[in-house]
Formats: sequence, C-alpha cells, structure tokens
Amino acid sequence: MDKKDKQIIAILREDSRFTTAQIAAMSGLDEEDVKARIAAMEQAGIIAKYTVLCNTEKMDSDAVTALIEVKVTPQMRDGFDAIAREIYKFDEVKDVYLMSGSYDLTVIVEGKNLREVSRFVTERLSVLKDVTSTATHFILKKYKAEGVVLEKCDEIKREEIV
Amino acid sequence: MNYDKHVSDVVKNIRPSGIRKFFDVAAMYKDVISLGVGEPDFVTPWEAREAAVQSIRKGITQYTSNSGLLQLREAVSRYIDLHFGVKYDPKDEIVMTVGASEAIYLAVRTLANAGDEVIIPEPSYVSYAPGVAFCDAVPVIAPCRVEDNFTLTAEALESVITPRTKALILPFPNNPTGAIMNREQLESIATVIKKHDIIVISDEIYAELTYGDERHVSIASLDGMRERTVLINGFSKAFAMTGWRLGYVCAPRELEKQMLKIHQYIIMCAPTAAQYAALNALNTAFEDNFAAVEEMRSQYDIRRRFLVKRLNDMKLTCFEPRGAFYVFPCVSVTGLDGEQFAEELLADQKVAVVPGGAFGESGKNFIRISYAYSLENLKKATDRIEVFLKKKGVL
Repeated sequence: MDKKDKQIIAILREDSRFTTAQIAAMSGLDEEDVKARIAAMEQAGIIAKYTVLCNTEKMDSDAVTALIEVKVTPQMRDGFDAIAREIYKFDEVKDVYLMSGSYDLTVIVEGKNLREVSRFVTERLSVLKDVTSTATHFILKKYKAEGVVLEKCDEIKREEIV
Repeated sequence: MNYDKHVSDVVKNIRPSGIRKFFDVAAMYKDVISLGVGEPDFVTPWEAREAAVQSIRKGITQYTSNSGLLQLREAVSRYIDLHFGVKYDPKDEIVMTVGASEAIYLAVRTLANAGDEVIIPEPSYVSYAPGVAFCDAVPVIAPCRVEDNFTLTAEALESVITPRTKALILPFPNNPTGAIMNREQLESIATVIKKHDIIVISDEIYAELTYGDERHVSIASLDGMRERTVLINGFSKAFAMTGWRLGYVCAPRELEKQMLKIHQYIIMCAPTAAQYAALNALNTAFEDNFAAVEEMRSQYDIRRRFLVKRLNDMKLTCFEPRGAFYVFPCVSVTGLDGEQFAEELLADQKVAVVPGGAFGESGKNFIRISYAYSLENLKKATDRIEVFLKKKGVL
C-alpha cells in the first residue's frame, strides 16, 4: 500500500459512496487508476466490506450490544487462534479481538434483546471447553462510533466575522 | 441626540464589512449550510491548549514584554528562517501582535502619512482598505485578473504607482481567491518595488496552506527585499488558533522600533496565555516536523480537489486555487453577478456563500466558497447548488 492507496482508504472511510470519478479528483489520480487500486485492495482483503453506520438509538428496537471480556486457556500449538475461531463462528458475535492486559479476548455480541444475549453467554460462550471466565458489559449508550458523534450535543458555532 | 457631528468623518465613511451584512441575512433562514466562514474547522492542537491552561494554573497572568515573550520570538525567528529562509533577530525585529490584523494596521500606520497612497491588490481580504483609510491614507486598488490566476503582475502594479505611493500590501496566499505567487512572479514585482523605492507589507497568514509541489515563497527572501518588507504572519490559520488572537510582525529593526511604539501605547502586549499556547504549538511542531499542520493541509487538499472538480463539472468555472482554503468560482454562466447568485442561492437552497464583490470590484462575478468544512457538508452543499443550477437552466 502506498500513500495514494491510504488516501483512497481515508476518503472511502469518510463516505464510501464517493464515486470513483470524485475520488480520482480528490486524490489527483486517473479514474482508471483509482478503480484498479480499489479492486486490488478488495482482492487483497484490505477493503473487507462496504457498510452503513446506524445510530441504533434512533431505530425502534430493543436490540442490545454487549462487550464480553473472556479469559481462556491457550492451546499448545494454536495459542488463542483455535478458541477465537470457535467463538467467531457464532452469528451473534460481531467482533472478536485478542487483547493485551488482564483478559484475553474481547467479544462483541449483538442480540434482539437482553435475554437473547444473556442466553448466548451462559449457554454457548461460557460452556466452551477452554473458556475459563467471562464478564459481560452491556452497552448503555453510544456517544460516538466509527469517529461519528451520534448524540446531539452543543456544537461549536463559528461566526462569520468579517 | 444627533451623534452625526460627534463621529469622525473617517470612521463614518467606512462601510461595514460586506461579508457581515450578508450573513446577517443568512441568519434569518433555518437549516442553512454555510460555506462562508474564513477560519479553520479544526481545533487548536491539544498540547497547545493544555499549555495555555497550565500557564493560567501556574498564575502566569501578567503582561509579557511589549514585544511578547522572548522565547516565543525566538521560536518565531527559528520558524521563519526554517520555512521561508529569512532571518529576523528575536530581540528587536519581531513583535507579537493581537492577530495579524493588528500587525497590518501597525505597518500601515507606521509607513503612511495622511494623503499617502497604499496599493492594495484586489480581490483581497476586506480589512485592508478600511485600515488604510483609518490612517488618513489613500487605498489604491490594483486589480488582479482571473487570466493571470489572480496574481499581481508587474504591469498592474506599475500602472498604479504614483509619486505618493508609500507601500504595497501583498496578500498571498490570497483570501478570497486562493491564488499564490511563485518565486518568478514575485521576482517580477520585486523589480518594480525596488525601482520605485516602496515598502511591501506582506500578509502571509496563509503561508502554511499551499497545495501541490510549490511551497509558499516569502517576498522577504528575495534578493534585496528583506530590507523593504514588513512580513506579517500568525498562528490563526497554520495552527487553527483564530480565537486566541495571536500574530506577529517581522521587519528590519529600524521599522520594528517605530511599529513597537504604536503597539506599546494602544495594545501593551498580546494576550499572555495565547503566547504560551503558541510557544507550545511551535515547539511541538519543531519536534514532530509540523505533523499537525501537515495533517490539516492534507485534509484541506482533499476537499479542495473535490470542490474544484465538482464546481467545474457544474459549469461554475474556477481556476485551481493553490493556497488558503477558498475556491473562487465565476458565476457568470447563470447570468447573475456574485451578489445576486449568493442571495438567490440562499433563498432557494439555503446555502450561504460569500459574494466575490465583498472583496473588491474585480470579484463581482465570483463567489467565495470556503472549504474549512467537512467533506460531508461540502457534498451536501454542492448537491444543493446543483439543484439551484438546474432550476436556472444552466445544467
């Protein structure tokens, strides 16, 4: 990845609906070049998905998200990979991260309601052979996600002075 | 009471800013997307803000010396040398001012007697001509043309010089056009300046915001020009510090000594906490190679390129601005002038832009669009402009 690839990624992360012509203008490349670079990054898995960021607060739903700290017993050969794979295959699981610090994996789980998430943790996650403990934290409110401030707050007002 | 006889004629005759007038109207509409503000949408780097807080906590709330903190003047001296290759003695050739605006006034006041002429290229920032008039001097306009990429040509300059010409205000990178002047272009006007023995007041507040391969060149760095240049810069644009009000003026000590007298009597010194913030901003920049400035510049550059293409695609032709954070498209294709365009666009699509005429007669068929706004806003605003242009039958 060179500087221009990074710039393309920065533009797409800002708004993935920019057209290739617009991206070309913004990055100073030919449109064909932009298309080729994006295709290459998709191919290489650098661009994994184009998606939409929703403010779930505003959606009429009881859906909940939980952040679960998981401690596991690492395996002889695979380290944490085998158990991480076992966890991420569940559809409820949105993210799995290996962590430094006092626990091993962060698992982010989404469910239709509180009970669904609780059941997932007690009946599916904590019973896995190598999981030694879990601590579940429900997310109460998202103030900011993916760099976007979701709640209404006092904006800094700039005045047209002279 | 009739105040008319109490107010001085000079002040009475100055018109309030055209930008201000327009935005008082804009404030009456709801859900307006403004592309009007001429200040960064970034906030001051965190460390700089913290440094000001620390200085206040420590109780450093007194005046500084008239010229400003010596450490800060030393840092400014190092910066000007590093970036523009001009040396100023921090002891007596640099004064910290309340924004670059004060610095401009100090320079004009110091150089011009009543009736002297000061040349102002147009389109340019709205405060120069009133500043000259406040000094009972005469603003003389040198028009810059779109054909010359809004630069000041030697011919345009030469044609307005008279025996009463005292100084030239040189506003590049330019607000509102985004034009810059490269070394070669500066060389050609420097010849005229030397020939007629006048002083240049070089307003370089946007010096850090140039795009493409060409970096800003200060006219003071040209052969034989340091001695006849008053170099003005500040922290507002480069470090997103507009509200702190901190600029500076660099000049040969004989001139600096004179300017300092005015500053001393009407201002005392620039705000102390702001000076500590600025000192930190510069020292951090020296350490990390101006990373914060670089980051802002690259963001502005993406927006600039987006706008230039989008506007040109919509037949609002604009030359490619290489500096500051404005684009200056011509709106003649709509059959409207800049002021009508801005008014109708505001009423019809709730997008506020500044009529180019606010920056001088030569800008009257243009509008100024600031890209000190998020891409999201620029995208929305240009979509609305497209709707407006379709209604006008342009697209």
